[in-house]
Amino acid sequence: MSHATLTPKSRSSLRGATLPKWFPWAVAGGSVLLGLGISAAAGLHSSIQWALIAAVLFVAGSYGISARVEGVRQAKDRVATSMVWVAFLMALIPLLSLIWETVKQGVKVLDGYFLSHSMGVVADSEPGGGIYHAILGTLEQVGLATLFSVPIGVLTAIYLVEYGRGRLAKAVTFFVDVMTGIPSIVAGLFVLSLWVLILDMGPSGIAGSFALCILMIPVVVRSTEEMLKLVPNELREASLALGVPKWRTILKVVLPTSIGGIVTGVMLAVARITGETAPVLLLVWGTDFINANPFQDPQESLPMYIYLQYSAGSDPAYDRAWAAALTLIAFIMILNLAARGIARWKAPKTGR
Amino acid sequence: MDITTDTQKPTPSPAPGPTGPGDQRAARGATRPGDRIFLGLSRGSGILVLVIMAAIAAFLTYRAILAISKDEANFFTTFEWNPSGVPAEFGIAVLAFGTIVSSIIAMVIAVPIAVGIALFITHYAPRRLGGPIAYVIDLLAAVPSIVYGLWGALVLVPHLNGLYGWLDQYLGWTGILEWNGGAPRSLFTVGILLAIMILPIITNVSREVFRQVPRMHEEAALALGATRWEVIRMSVIPFGRSGVISASMLGLGRALGETMAVAMVLSPTFDISPSLLDPGGGTFAQNIASKFNEATVMGQDALIASGLVLFVITLAVNGAARMIIARRKEYSGANA
Repeated sequence: MSHATLTPKSRSSLRGATLPKWFPWAVAGGSVLLGLGISAAAGLHSSIQWALIAAVLFVAGSYGISARVEGVRQAKDRVATSMVWVAFLMALIPLLSLIWETVKQGVKVLDGYFLSHSMGVVADSEPGGGIYHAILGTLEQVGLATLFSVPIGVLTAIYLVEYGRGRLAKAVTFFVDVMTGIPSIVAGLFVLSLWVLILDMGPSGIAGSFALCILMIPVVVRSTEEMLKLVPNELREASLALGVPKWRTILKVVLPTSIGGIVTGVMLAVARITGETAPVLLLVWGTDFINANPFQDPQESLPMYIYLQYSAGSDPAYDRAWAAALTLIAFIMILNLAARGIARWKAPKTGR
Repeated sequence: MDITTDTQKPTPSPAPGPTGPGDQRAARGATRPGDRIFLGLSRGSGILVLVIMAAIAAFLTYRAILAISKDEANFFTTFEWNPSGVPAEFGIAVLAFGTIVSSIIAMVIAVPIAVGIALFITHYAPRRLGGPIAYVIDLLAAVPSIVYGLWGALVLVPHLNGLYGWLDQYLGWTGILEWNGGAPRSLFTVGILLAIMILPIITNVSREVFRQVPRMHEEAALALGATRWEVIRMSVIPFGRSGVISASMLGLGRALGETMAVAMVLSPTFDISPSLLDPGGGTFAQNIASKFNEATVMGQDALIASGLVLFVITLAVNGAARMIIARRKEYSGANA
């Protein structure tokens, strides 16, 4: 970056000819006009087609001119620069479209009524209804999963960082890594084979929570481990030198020092499992009615609700699906932003 | 941190106070009940993780063997999924084909673009723009797959008719890009959607790697008169290659196991079409999600068997990614 801005304006004999700064813009403008002209002449209507023609003209034009004036190496550099910009802009289109569509379609039916009512007596094809039962189910399932996985995850991380130095610790590290990559549907199938097929229990929120646990534990372990490693050893040694037992040192010195990072990691993990659909589909099934008991009978969850409304396939159902998607994204984004805020606010104090 | 543990190792202190994280002797020497309980709890959690992993493998294998032993057809080569029929016949050939093809399409599209964005953020974007863009892409990695699925089915699919027509017109002669005019809910669309979904994760990991390129390497190249592209080609890409490969593998692992987005976009059939643009095929995860509801116990066992295959494939891919990362760590430690 810096070397580009340092280019001296006056031409010295040591430098080759350089094109002025406005050159890319001029070529871009020219190729857009030419692209429009060619498209109009050829009778093409698709805006994608004329954009493609303009892009090809731009790359070819800047390469040709630059190769003549500045040399082939500079010309290649210009092509690479435009390729990188194209990659960036191309990726922006779907990602922005995703957010734009979700917000645009989502606000149509999202209001207080939508948030406080269930789908109880609403047919799929008529408007009305809401996501109260889904929010309830999501909060309960995710809450239970968090309740199980945070102690297990944090304790495992403590074991790995504070105690573990043997074959067992190596095995745990390896399998936590492996666990990170388990597809959510496989986690769901595992709990299904254990809970439903062998123990013969029906679908319930808690079964979904177990599957979510499998997805959450490795994330919690990883992030907690990183945070515990950041705690300076001097703190541990100072505490131990005062005769404090190791377990109290961990509870009173190590954990409080790294608590900000641990909370951040847990929140990011919660954000990740909140959007999981596949295990819920297999184990909690989904329902249109309010079921506040996560230990019995099918429950709903937000991602499941989106899927069911999408499958219903009518326009009011699509509207509801978008509104639920907007709610879900908003929830996850708030969690993410809050987690990052906490991370910045309570960053672990390092040695100095 | 390391220095303190190192200096204390040669002179082991007789006191029960352990010297640093992970000192086995000290842990064994713990006499206080509190210490013993705490060690027991934390070691127990570690063991629990191992037990869960073992249980996953054991239960899936057990149910899968039950299913496969009743399968009258070859599990790996049959183009049919009828586990409840008499005789039960099902095979994963179509699913394996669909999973691998859609993931390959996703990788072909996503990896170059993700590397481009990572380079854009680290080397091309104005500094004030780079930070926020990286932040937004971080957030996009958190968007749930169900939302990508909804967007893909309701927004992306209707917009792909034009692209399909164009591909058919100019590349239809190849046979693999022939289009018969049906709804564009094919493996190709799935590949595009998966590419969009794994873009953020590949970008994030690659960006981190590119950011670690030693400043000296870049400055040395610049001092020799290299253009920006030559700096990237000669110092950034060689340094970051293994990182980009492992990032791609992580993305591949995610694409292989993706369920809901695929289930919502694809219109599945149980045969393999020579053209990628024709509706058809299926993936492991999608098949489980869409066949699960009407499945009997035998049907669920068959689905579990296919899930086991998916499990093994993702384990292999993720394991390879981890190995590359681990090897790279040793490298960067040596020349940092």
